[in-house]
Amino acid sequence: MASLKELKNRIKSVKSTQKITKAKQMVAAAKLRRAQAAAEAARPYSQRLAKVMGSLAGKVSGESAPLLLRGTGKDERHLLVVVNTDKGLCGGLNANIVKAAKAKARELAAAGKQVDFYLVGRKGRAPIRRDYASQVKQEYDTSAVRNLGFTEAEAIAEELVALFEAGKFDVAHLIYPVFKSALAQDPTVVQLMPVPAVEGDGPVASDSSAVVEYEPDEETILGALLPRYIRTQLFVALLEREASEQGASMTAMDNATRNAGDLINKLTIQYNRSRQAAITTELIEIIAGAEAL
Amino acid sequence: MPLHFELVTPEKLVRSDEVYMVVVPGTEGEEGVLEGHAPYMTTMKDGALKIYKTEGGAPEEIAVRGGFAEVSASGLTVLAERVEG
Repeated sequence: MASLKELKNRIKSVKSTQKITKAKQMVAAAKLRRAQAAAEAARPYSQRLAKVMGSLAGKVSGESAPLLLRGTGKDERHLLVVVNTDKGLCGGLNANIVKAAKAKARELAAAGKQVDFYLVGRKGRAPIRRDYASQVKQEYDTSAVRNLGFTEAEAIAEELVALFEAGKFDVAHLIYPVFKSALAQDPTVVQLMPVPAVEGDGPVASDSSAVVEYEPDEETILGALLPRYIRTQLFVALLEREASEQGASMTAMDNATRNAGDLINKLTIQYNRSRQAAITTELIEIIAGAEAL
Repeated sequence: MPLHFELVTPEKLVRSDEVYMVVVPGTEGEEGVLEGHAPYMTTMKDGALKIYKTEGGAPEEIAVRGGFAEVSASGLTVLAERVEG
């Protein structure tokens, strides 16, 4: 049995831990609101761009299509762009993303493809390096940036498009967490390059665009839009990551705070018991001594 | 009849307004868009959008970069990567 002093110290240390987790939880809650608003604000742009892309991509096909749409014509080398967070204390979020990335890598490797990694964010580096040290080709560091913006998405997209045009890979997949709620963030895998055909309102698009005038021609517009589309997708991924990180962090810290509370209760009961036991023993000793006289 | 005009960047919906006319700096020349314009799509030079709130009024200028304009039945939509000022 631990001594009274030991118990007291233990309670004190758990209490200060609880203070930290509580503070972090509140910070995450405030940041989550901001991140969610940012994700919300980005939606009109990506929706409109996707719509325009859909109506354009249907018209341009075959050899005249830009490289980013038609691909290299091969399916050998795959690049996995994995978006992780920069900071920890967010529960199983990063572990889940890494797990999804590794599952995808195994699936591709089993199909006989070559897999490379491009890592965004610090927390994915160590666990992916452990298994695929030689295949991590490049990293993009976002840890120094306070407010993630379009600039970062632009920089990443530029690097990726340059790699693609240099023929370093045939297909790129983007793996990032999709924020569903503070409790659920699902890692998602989407194909980034070549840009997959946008499905959906096919007939409607061709209907309304039958009379649309293009200036310059469709191919040129599409060529200008494709890199922009990729940039937007990366931007959305970064925003989702931000919201997911804060959401996961909030939940994890809420749990931690509650656990600390439980632990404090348990330790306090133990402390009181041993204190009372000590008093009882002392009394018995005194009474026994008094009776002996 | 006013023209419905929307300016959207990745970060937010900058402007959604009823205006008289917007002059778009297209890659193949500037072009004024009024209500009832035929469906049309163009990429834009980096330059200033001129927005005429009323006929004959002084234009308001918004500098945009990496822009793209689309005219459909619902009005004019400008997608720009950056808006300055």
